[in-house]
Parts: sequence; C-alpha cells; structure tokens
Amino acid sequence: MSAQYKMIRCNINGRDVEKMVDVRASLTDMLRNEYHLTSVKKGCEVGECGACTVLIDGETFNSCIYLAIWAEGKHIVTLEGLLGAEGELSDIQQAFIDETAIQCGFCTPGFILTAREILDADRMFTDDELRKLLSGHLCRCTGYENIFRAVKKAMYRRQGREIDF
Amino acid sequence: MYDIKAIYEAESVEDAVRLRLAHPEAQIIAGGSDVLVQIREGRRAGKELISIYGIDSLRGVCLDEEGSLRIGSLTSFSHITRDPLVQKHCAVLGEAVDQIGSPQIRNIGTIGGNTCNGVTSADSASTLHAWEAVVELTGIHGRRLVPIHDFYIKAGTVDIRAEEGEIETAILIPRKSYEDTFGHYIKYGMRNAMEIATLGCSVNVRLSKDKSTIERCRIAFGVAGPVPMRAPSAEAVANGQKPTRDLAEAFSLAVLEDINPRDSWRAAKNFRKHIAVEMAKRALTESVKRAGGELL
Repeated sequence: MSAQYKMIRCNINGRDVEKMVDVRASLTDMLRNEYHLTSVKKGCEVGECGACTVLIDGETFNSCIYLAIWAEGKHIVTLEGLLGAEGELSDIQQAFIDETAIQCGFCTPGFILTAREILDADRMFTDDELRKLLSGHLCRCTGYENIFRAVKKAMYRRQGREIDF
Repeated sequence: MYDIKAIYEAESVEDAVRLRLAHPEAQIIAGGSDVLVQIREGRRAGKELISIYGIDSLRGVCLDEEGSLRIGSLTSFSHITRDPLVQKHCAVLGEAVDQIGSPQIRNIGTIGGNTCNGVTSADSASTLHAWEAVVELTGIHGRRLVPIHDFYIKAGTVDIRAEEGEIETAILIPRKSYEDTFGHYIKYGMRNAMEIATLGCSVNVRLSKDKSTIERCRIAFGVAGPVPMRAPSAEAVANGQKPTRDLAEAFSLAVLEDINPRDSWRAAKNFRKHIAVEMAKRALTESVKRAGGELL
C-alpha cells in the first residue's frame, strides 16, 4: 500500500506534542523514532517481556502492541518523564540503585514504570500482590529478588515507613 | 512497524457497522493483544483493519433497565476486576479475568476480544458459560442477542454476521443468572503469569435460604473441548441435592460424561480429564462456601 499517515496529538512526559505518524507504527516505534525516547526498549515485540512498558493515562501498557494512532489525546509517561527539574532521580529509581536491582538494564525502564503505577496506588500491597503486579516483566539477569525489594522499599517509604532486608 | 494494508478507525458503533459493510474483508481490532501479535507472526499480515478501540461508549459496566449486568465489549480486564458492580454481582468473573496474561495485558485486553476470537482457553469464557451470559451484537438491522453457548460455533469461529456489519457491543449477565449466586474459577497452568490455561473450570451455585440445598448448580470448562462448554451431567447430579462431600465426589466424576479434551503439547487428554475432576470438586466446594454453605 501507499503509506498512510495521520496527525497524532498527545502529551508525552508533560509536554503537548504532535507529529505525523505512519498508521502502521506501534507506540514503541513512535516514541523511539519520532521522539527519541530510547528508554522504551524493543524486547519481544509481542507483549510478553514488558521492556517497552509505558504509562498511558496512569496505567501500564506494552507499547509494542499498542498502535501509535491510539495515542491521540492520551497522557504518556516514559522513564525520561521521571527525571526531576534539577535532574534528580525519582524515589523508585533511587530504590533500584540502593537495592542493586539492575544488571544489564534492558528491563529496568519497564519495571520502573510498572513500579510507578504500583506506588501511585498509594497503598500497601502484600508480597504476593507485589509479585503478581510485577509479573508482566522478564529479567534475565537479576533473578528478580532485588527488583522486588526495591519496589517494596519504595512502597514503604511512600507510606512513611522504613524496611530493612 | 506492523504489516498492515490499511486501518479504518471507527468513532462510533454506527461508524463501525458502516466500515464493516464497506470493507467486508477487514479484521476488527479491539485491544490488539491477539490481532497485533498475529500480524507480527505473519498469520494476519498485510490485511485491512477496522479499529474499534476508540469507541468509548463501549467501555464500562452498568445495570440495564432489566437489571442485567451489562459489560461494554471494550471494557478492559483490569477495569472489570476493579468494577464495584462486577464485584457485587459476579465477582468470579473479575477473578477469572485477573488471571489473564500480565498486568499490562489486562490493561489492554478486552472482554469483547476475549469472546470474539472464539478460543476455548479464554479465561473469561468458562465463567461466561457458567453464568449463561448473553452476547449483544449490533449490526445494520440493530441489536441481536445471542446466548453465549450458541455464540461459539467452532474453534476460532463465533456467530458474528460480518455481512450484516455486526460487532459485539456488550456482554450481558441476566439478573436471574446472578441473583443469590456465588461462584469460583480455577485456572490450571504451568505458572501464574503469561500463561494459557491447560484447563479452566468455573462453578457457581445458588443455595436455598437455609443453605441446606443446592437449588441450582452450573459448571463450565475451557479447554475441555474445541469450544468452552457446560457439563450438564454434572449439573444434574448436583441440582436439588444437599451439599455433601459425597455429592461433590459424584458431581466431579460426572463431568467425565460431558467433557472431551484433546492431547496437545500442553497436556495429555488423560491428564486434562484427571484435573477436570479435581478442579470441579474444588470449585464446587469453594462456591458452596462462598454462598454461605458448607459441605457436610
């Protein structure tokens, strides 16, 4: 077919933006190629590994199986959007560092955005609930335990409590 | 970039019907967690798509004028699980769809897609069968209601009349189906996340006021045959009986008269039959408990 383009207006990391987008593009394609947000990783590209996870209107989605045209009017947050005004890290990013929850780093942006949705729920989850909430991500390095601890630690801190492992 | 020939975006149900009549070969895409993956695999590559994802009027849960629980076909699994009306009237449906894929998949996947793709392993399907859900389709001639049992024709094929421009617009659970009824769903898989059910079993019961008798018992399976199915022999064993352990035993063995699972790389036929009996027993036991009764 001849290429079919559509103007897509949305808000990415707090900024209103618009671009002509190929209608065949996934949201991963659009965020990486049009907006150079390369924290959005191309992993499995079939919605299994979670490396491309972004927040859309506050909920986590695998951007690889989300058509770019569906982003019209949506509020999208990628890892780049967590950066503070002075370049400081968010609480969940600091917790990942504190707990050594990172090795190669490929799964990390996705995990952190899912963790962000968990933290924004502003409540305590049990360990089993946390594991289920994190189950949409594959990590081939860490064995998950440190990631789990980082999320749990950040969740405790948001509730004004501390936890040691 | 996906290998898509063209995309037509529907902005309303009428728009979707019109597009469907204008492009009879086009594939409907709702959340896309099946369709886009199949395009990536090459199975549906190079086709035209009609996206209905933008039709917000198809999202949400309400009670309609007849008291039926009405779930818009584009309601995501996570929204179904969190919905207060679902939790009140058909909590087991929320629990069943909470076992699909991963949190991200449950945010994009829709109940309409889960039923329209016609697969036997869909986690919503056995519960919708066990609660005698009704599928609402809208086409050029207006609304058509189809009982879920009749909706499934064969594996991968459901009763949607493309030539009449139909799309699924809602799933209805009638009041007489959910009133005083409590259920439980068990999914058997090799792991908890990103898993397709080896077998799914959904049971629900309505007990008499004094909890001494099972007034109505319904059971349905996914992956026990080419399409989701009820187990009428087992239901006949339990209906009108006292909830006892012996009854649960007889009930669970009776499912073998109804189900017809196959050998596949996921599991052997005999294994599926074996776990079907155990799952039926456990799901009945839990349903009776949730209804305020107890197996004696």
